[in-house]
Amino acid sequence: MATSTPLLASSALGQAASTLLGVIEAIGGFIAILLIVFFIAGRVTGRLQKPLAILITLGPALLLVVIGLVIPAIETINLSFKNQQFLGQLDTKYVGFKNYTYAFGDSYTQHTILRTLLWLLIVPALSVGVGLLASLLMDRMTHTGLPKTLIFLPTAISFVGAAVIWSYVYNYVDPRNPQTGLLSEVAIKLGWHNPPNWLITAPLNTFLEMVIMIWIQAGFAMVVLGAALKSIPDEVIESARLDGAEGFKLFRTIQIPMIRNTLIVVITTVMITTLKVFDIVFTINNGNFSTDVLARQMYADMFVTSQVSRGAALAVIIFVCVIPIMYFNIRQLRSEREIR
Amino acid sequence: MTTTPVAVTPAPQEPLKGQAAVKAVRKTFSSPLASAIVALIAAVWTIPTLGLFVNSFRSKTDGATTGWWNFFIHPSFSLSGYHDVLFNEGGLIQPLINSLAITLPATIIPIFIASMAGYALAWMPFRGSDVIFFTLFALQVVPLQMALVPLQKFYTHGLQLFGLTIIPSPHLNGSLAQIWLSHTMFSLPLAVFLLHNFIAQLPSSLIEAARVDGASYLRIFQSVVLPLSMPAIASFAIFQFLWVWNDLLVAKTFGGSDPATQPVTARMANLVGNFGAHLELLAPAGFLTIVVPLIVFLALQRYFVRGLLAGSVKG
Repeated sequence: MATSTPLLASSALGQAASTLLGVIEAIGGFIAILLIVFFIAGRVTGRLQKPLAILITLGPALLLVVIGLVIPAIETINLSFKNQQFLGQLDTKYVGFKNYTYAFGDSYTQHTILRTLLWLLIVPALSVGVGLLASLLMDRMTHTGLPKTLIFLPTAISFVGAAVIWSYVYNYVDPRNPQTGLLSEVAIKLGWHNPPNWLITAPLNTFLEMVIMIWIQAGFAMVVLGAALKSIPDEVIESARLDGAEGFKLFRTIQIPMIRNTLIVVITTVMITTLKVFDIVFTINNGNFSTDVLARQMYADMFVTSQVSRGAALAVIIFVCVIPIMYFNIRQLRSEREIR
Repeated sequence: MTTTPVAVTPAPQEPLKGQAAVKAVRKTFSSPLASAIVALIAAVWTIPTLGLFVNSFRSKTDGATTGWWNFFIHPSFSLSGYHDVLFNEGGLIQPLINSLAITLPATIIPIFIASMAGYALAWMPFRGSDVIFFTLFALQVVPLQMALVPLQKFYTHGLQLFGLTIIPSPHLNGSLAQIWLSHTMFSLPLAVFLLHNFIAQLPSSLIEAARVDGASYLRIFQSVVLPLSMPAIASFAIFQFLWVWNDLLVAKTFGGSDPATQPVTARMANLVGNFGAHLELLAPAGFLTIVVPLIVFLALQRYFVRGLLAGSVKG
C-alpha cells in the first residue's frame, strides 16, 4: 500500500494533467477559430459587410439552438407517438396516442403526475412565501448582509449536494441507538419516542423532499423580490405614509402591487425549475417509496427501463405544462419592453 | 402573513418630509420581532449545511454513529475522512478534475456565442430579428429532458431528416466535448437574452462614433461591445459556472457512468446510493462536492445577483 500510493498518485496526476490540457486546447482552439474568422471577414467591405457580420455573429447561436433544442423537441414529440423501446431501435411504428393514454391510465404514472402537480403547487408557494417574508422584513433593517448571504447560500449548492446535506437531517436510526439525523433527534427530544423512518414513509417523504427544494429556491426569491422592493421610489412610500398607510396595510396596498410583475416572474421561474426537478428525487430515493416525479420517471423510461417512447411522452407532458407558465413570463416581459 | 406589531406612531402635527419620513416608515418594520424572525430563518437555512461541514471533520466512527451536534459536546477532529475520500475508497480527485474540465469550456464557449448573437440582434437589426429574439427566449420552454435522446442520437449518428444525413456525426462519443456542446446549446436561450438586454443598452453614441471612424461591424464587437459588456458577461459566467458544475442530468446522460468523464455530482450520486458500507465518507465527499461553487458564489455574489435581476427583473 505504502509503495503503491505514490504510483497511483502520479498516474492520477498524469490523467488529470491530460484532461486539463485537453480543456485548454479546446478553449484555445475555439477562440483561435473565432479570431481567424473575424480577421478574414473583416477584410470584406461594402454591401456584403452587414449580412456577413450577421451571419458570423448570429449563425453559431442559431445553428446550435436548432440542433440542440428545436430539432430534438420535434423528434421527441414524434418519438412519443411511436413504440420505440430502446435507443437505436429501428423497426418502430406509429401507435397514435397510445403512450399518452398509457401515461394517464397507468396507475403508477397517474400518481407520478399528481405528485408532480403537488410539487408545482407547494414548492413555488412556500419558496416565494419565505423569500417574500425575509425580503420584506429585511427591507426595513440595517446590517442584513449576513442573514441575506446565509439564506441565499443554498442557491449555489447542487441538488446532489443538498441531498447529502439533508441526509444528515432525515437520517433514520433505531430510536434505542444514538441518533445521526437531526429531525429524529429533535422529534425524540420533543417526546415523540418512535419517529418514523422519514424518507421511506409515504406520503411524508415527498413533502420532506419538497423542503429541500424550498430551501434551495427561497434565497433566489428573497434576493429578486428584495431588489424589487428596494426599487420602489422613496416618494411613493412617503406619500402613502402621509395618506396613513402603515405596516401591513402599506405592504398590502402599496408594496405588493408595485412588485406584482416581479412576483409573477419569480413564481413562474420557480415553477419551471420545480417541474423539471430530477436530481433530488433521483439521489434520495431514486423515485422509490412513492416519491417519483415526472422528470425522474422520464429519465428511467428513457435510459434505464427501455421504454423510450413512453419516456418521450412524459417529456412532452412536461413541455406542455411549461408552455402556459412561460407564456405568462414572456407576456410580462413584452409589456415591460413596450413601456420602455 | 406575519402580524408584526405595528408601532403606532402618534400622528405627527407636522408630517415628516423626505428622507426623515422614509426612515420613519422603514423603522416601523424593524421591530425586535422582525429581527428575530429573520435570524430564525437564517438559522434554519444554515443548520443543515453546518451539520455536513461539522461532520466532515469528525473522526470516521464518530461521524457515522453519532449525530454531528455531539461535536459541540465531545469535540473530535480528524482529517482522515478527507484523506480517504480523495486518495482511497472515495476516488474523488478525478471527478473533481472532470467537473472543472467540463465547467470551464461549457462556461467560456457560450459567452462568446451568446454575446455575438446578442450584439447582432441589438445593433444589426434586420427583418425578423425581433422574431428571432423572442423565439430564442421562448425556447427556454423546451425542457432539456426533451433533448436528451435526440441529442444522443445526433452525437452517434449525425443529424438525419427523413433518412437523409444533413450533418454527419461529429464523432464525439464518450468525450467531454459532447457535454460541453450540450451545455452550450441548453444555455443559449437564457444567455442570449441576458447579454442582449445589456448590449442593447450600451450608449448608441459610442457605437455610432466607432462606425463614423470606419470600424466594421465585427471590429465594433471586438473592441467596443465585448469590453463594455464585461459586467453582464461576469454575471452570466457565474450563473453558467454554477449551473454546469451542479448539473447531474446532462452529465449523467452524456458520460456519467464512465469514470474518465464523470463529474463530481455524478460520482456523488453514486456514492449516496452505494455508501451503506462507507457512510463515514459521505460528509467529506459531500462537502468537497459543494465547496467550489460555494467559493465562487461567495466571492462573486454581487455579479450573480446582478445577473439574476437582469434575468427576471427589469433593471
